[in-house]
Amino acid sequence: MKDLVRIRDLTVRFYTYEGVVHAIDDLDLDIRQGETLGIVGETGSGKTMTALSILRLIPYPGKIESGSIVFYDRDSGGELELLKLTQDRIRAIRGNKISMVFQEPGSALNPVYTIGDQISEVLLLHRRGQLARGAKQRVDNLLSNGRGFAARVKRPLWRWQSRLYNKTAEQPHALEPRLLNRLPLFRRLLWRLPHEANLLTVDMLKDVEIPDPARVAAHYPHELSGGMKQRAVIAMALACSPDLLIADEPTTSLDVTIQAQMLELFRRIKVDRGASVLFVTHNLGVAAEVCDRVAVMYAGRLCEVATVDEMFLHPLHPYTKALLDAVPMPGRDLQTIPGALADALNPPPGCRFHPRCPSATPLCQQDRPRLKEVAKDHLVACYLF
Amino acid sequence: MNTFVDIRGLKKHFPIVGGVFRRPVGAVRAVDGVSLAIRRGQWLGLVGESGCGKTTLAKTVVRLLKPTSGHIYFDVPDETKALIEELESQGKNNSKLTYLLKENDLAAFTGNMIRQFRRRAQLVHQDPFTSLDPRMRIKSIVAEPLRIHRVLSGHAVETAVEELLSKVGLSSGQLERYPHQFSGGQRQRIAVARALATKPEFIAFDEPTSALDVSVQAQILNLLKDLKREFGLTYLYITHELLIAEAVCDYIAVMYLGKVVEMGRPEEVFHTPRHPYSQSLVAATPVPDPKRRVGRIVLHGEVPSPANPPSGCTFHPRCSRASKECSELGPDLKLISNDHYVACFHPL
Repeated sequence: MKDLVRIRDLTVRFYTYEGVVHAIDDLDLDIRQGETLGIVGETGSGKTMTALSILRLIPYPGKIESGSIVFYDRDSGGELELLKLTQDRIRAIRGNKISMVFQEPGSALNPVYTIGDQISEVLLLHRRGQLARGAKQRVDNLLSNGRGFAARVKRPLWRWQSRLYNKTAEQPHALEPRLLNRLPLFRRLLWRLPHEANLLTVDMLKDVEIPDPARVAAHYPHELSGGMKQRAVIAMALACSPDLLIADEPTTSLDVTIQAQMLELFRRIKVDRGASVLFVTHNLGVAAEVCDRVAVMYAGRLCEVATVDEMFLHPLHPYTKALLDAVPMPGRDLQTIPGALADALNPPPGCRFHPRCPSATPLCQQDRPRLKEVAKDHLVACYLF
Repeated sequence: MNTFVDIRGLKKHFPIVGGVFRRPVGAVRAVDGVSLAIRRGQWLGLVGESGCGKTTLAKTVVRLLKPTSGHIYFDVPDETKALIEELESQGKNNSKLTYLLKENDLAAFTGNMIRQFRRRAQLVHQDPFTSLDPRMRIKSIVAEPLRIHRVLSGHAVETAVEELLSKVGLSSGQLERYPHQFSGGQRQRIAVARALATKPEFIAFDEPTSALDVSVQAQILNLLKDLKREFGLTYLYITHELLIAEAVCDYIAVMYLGKVVEMGRPEEVFHTPRHPYSQSLVAATPVPDPKRRVGRIVLHGEVPSPANPPSGCTFHPRCSRASKECSELGPDLKLISNDHYVACFHPL
């Protein structure tokens, strides 16, 4: 099976007043179909930037310098070079084929729209055709079932509606319905589209196990708890059944018991929908819990990529080992990593971990190690192997 | 042995006001009847989810908040406590009781007594990014408690500050800097140095590592361990991460909705939890070991609001073992084995 996303030589830099920040440096990473890939690392290691660059959402002073991100479109079977797409085409992919769940559910939701409105927006943007088909069916029903005086008066109106919905169903961005939708009075003819989206939204909310979804859809974000908000954000991300779901620290701001519910939900999404999940987290426990494969990042570079069992039971890279040892475990002294995180403005030459590495050699200071496959599905960037 | 900090039936309710006259219409029961005993030199871990009243408890213990009712005895001999209890049970509001409470019960302290007490007990806040004044230099931040409590003056302050900063692993070259020039871990070190300035005997930590990375977190925890040994400190350590509590604490109290539901030594609370809530909390904690994925208990629903807690045992709406009794009566903490207390009618 083809990889869903193939990242090659990705370099992202931020041009700030203090200098050039090397956020991501020559990163190679594949996301397979139907897997959960975890990216773990400390603050500033570039894990969020990797996730954002797939959607081309790197914020202003940052720039994707070079590299390629190839996305395999499962519906058409074609391959898309995400970094070369026009703005219009990447917008058609965002929230549709690739969607994202952000860290803070409170700030990811717009406080002045209801939950239902915000999820409907995604559907109205990307699934117009599907909504129009559903709406047309409803109008057809009315046409065939309508009896009596009222129906006879309204029938010509329904006919016109059905024509408009037909047009939208065939061509989601047809000119006529779009223009009419901007005119007062006439826009009422297309009211069934948002209504249809609302019905789907309630289904989505039910799917992420929100109790009483119809009521919650009418709520504003501040009326919901953190866990509920995160569920709503996940529902929004899943609204268009994406092939890739990017989750950027989705459980960091939640309590452990709510976190456990979320992790269960993510596991189910993967199984039920066959979607790939890119799971960015700094919590190694969470990564061990949900991921199939894990990638460890340090100062903008990948250290190690391996299956979850290999990574936690037989870590090879010195940084991975040190990171695992720093997790407090009973019956063991806490191990610390000497030194501080590499400065992204002036990263050390060679391997970026060498100033803190217990087994650094002179070679590590001069040349950067490349990712090497040392065992099946186990890649390490270190000269020791 | 005398307990060092003895908290008895502590309650802290925050009033909810409403209407034109801002009359109280209800109360958020943040801490609702907590009894805890901390021995000298102990590292007590307080775990629980957000909103269960951990932070309020810590703030009340160091008297940043005035408790609604209950007693806090800080380094008070057992005889005095027994005497107060005896006088209270007589039900008379006599002057001797009032005097004794004023002298010994932290909850009744006022003015100068609180100021003197605060030299002996300190608090380290959760977020080092907001607990340090961005307009003060590091040396003045650390020197502030010394000046306020008039511990030292003049040049002695400067040498003391330098010494404190070297104790927490910062160099004297950084004295003139501002907080924004430091990383999260370094800022938390500064906050610890500030807490140590008045040579306290007791420090309460309110999730000191939750804003930090794992490797930095390990450094801070090791630092706290060393300081505790060096100065013979007593810690009240609040955290929501069970792995940390298990790794560093000597004794654990699990809180749920303003009440302590289980207390015991970490190996007992985490390996053989007896309260259904602690059990699900332990099961929900992700462990970096892919082999331990199986057998989790996912709790349904969310923590109820402390403004309107459920009747009886506050955990009963989410509990799998709840019976009729649980919804009517609130269980008290009962000793079930050596130093292991559980508040449950149907312990596991």
